[in-house]
Amino acid sequence: MKVTDIVEKLNLKIFSGHDGLGREVTGGYASDLLSDVMGHATAGSAWITIQTHRNVVAIASLRDLSAVIITCGEKPGDDTVSQSNEESIPVLGTDLPTFEIAGRLYSLIS
Amino acid sequence: MAMSFEYKVTGGDFTRAGYASSQVKKMLKQLGVDNTVIKRVVVCLYEAEVNIVAHAWDGVISVDLNTDSIFLKLTDNGPGIANIEQAMQKGYSTASPEVREMGFGAGMGLPNISANADRFVINSEPGKGTTLEITINLNSNAV
Repeated sequence: MKVTDIVEKLNLKIFSGHDGLGREVTGGYASDLLSDVMGHATAGSAWITIQTHRNVVAIASLRDLSAVIITCGEKPGDDTVSQSNEESIPVLGTDLPTFEIAGRLYSLIS
Repeated sequence: MAMSFEYKVTGGDFTRAGYASSQVKKMLKQLGVDNTVIKRVVVCLYEAEVNIVAHAWDGVISVDLNTDSIFLKLTDNGPGIANIEQAMQKGYSTASPEVREMGFGAGMGLPNISANADRFVINSEPGKGTTLEITINLNSNAV
């Protein structure tokens, strides 16, 4: 399933990183602790978090994650958006809290 | 074939955190290094780079590519670590509240390095700085 498919099926906003919408989503990881994601997320996962700063994109890129989903209606900062565009890593958004969007993503891709 | 690279890191500048790690990752990909090895280098290097940004005033990262291993050395000018054993414990952190709010400082950085390195040595002098030496073998598949 591609990022564009989860955008459509989970009704996500696309903030940035449109060039990466064709990335394959092979799993998911929900965490707000950056070292937790660094150490445990697997490549291809969509990362669900409430963090909005640019280091999130740096980690997503370094760990080859497919996308970032920001929860609870939060919005990425301007530098997060520009780094996401540079790295072609989609930053997506939902008004749902982390638990709910994680459950829906899990049902969708498992 | 041995190659060496050096990167400077500025303490407190979170906008550039991960830059050196990203450069090294790109270079290793271009050289055709195995993805599992790249992943382990990236985890070790990013955690160590962020530690300099979060705790020290400035630092230098050197990366040596050897035929059988990758050697990372991170030397910083900073407050140093008084008790390395304590610093190595999962969950222990001296990061500021601001740094924690960003999702850093969870006390997982050094344990992440330890889990991904084949050899990991910390030397530190309180008041002066810290040096990390990390070796990752090219042919190992640990972790």
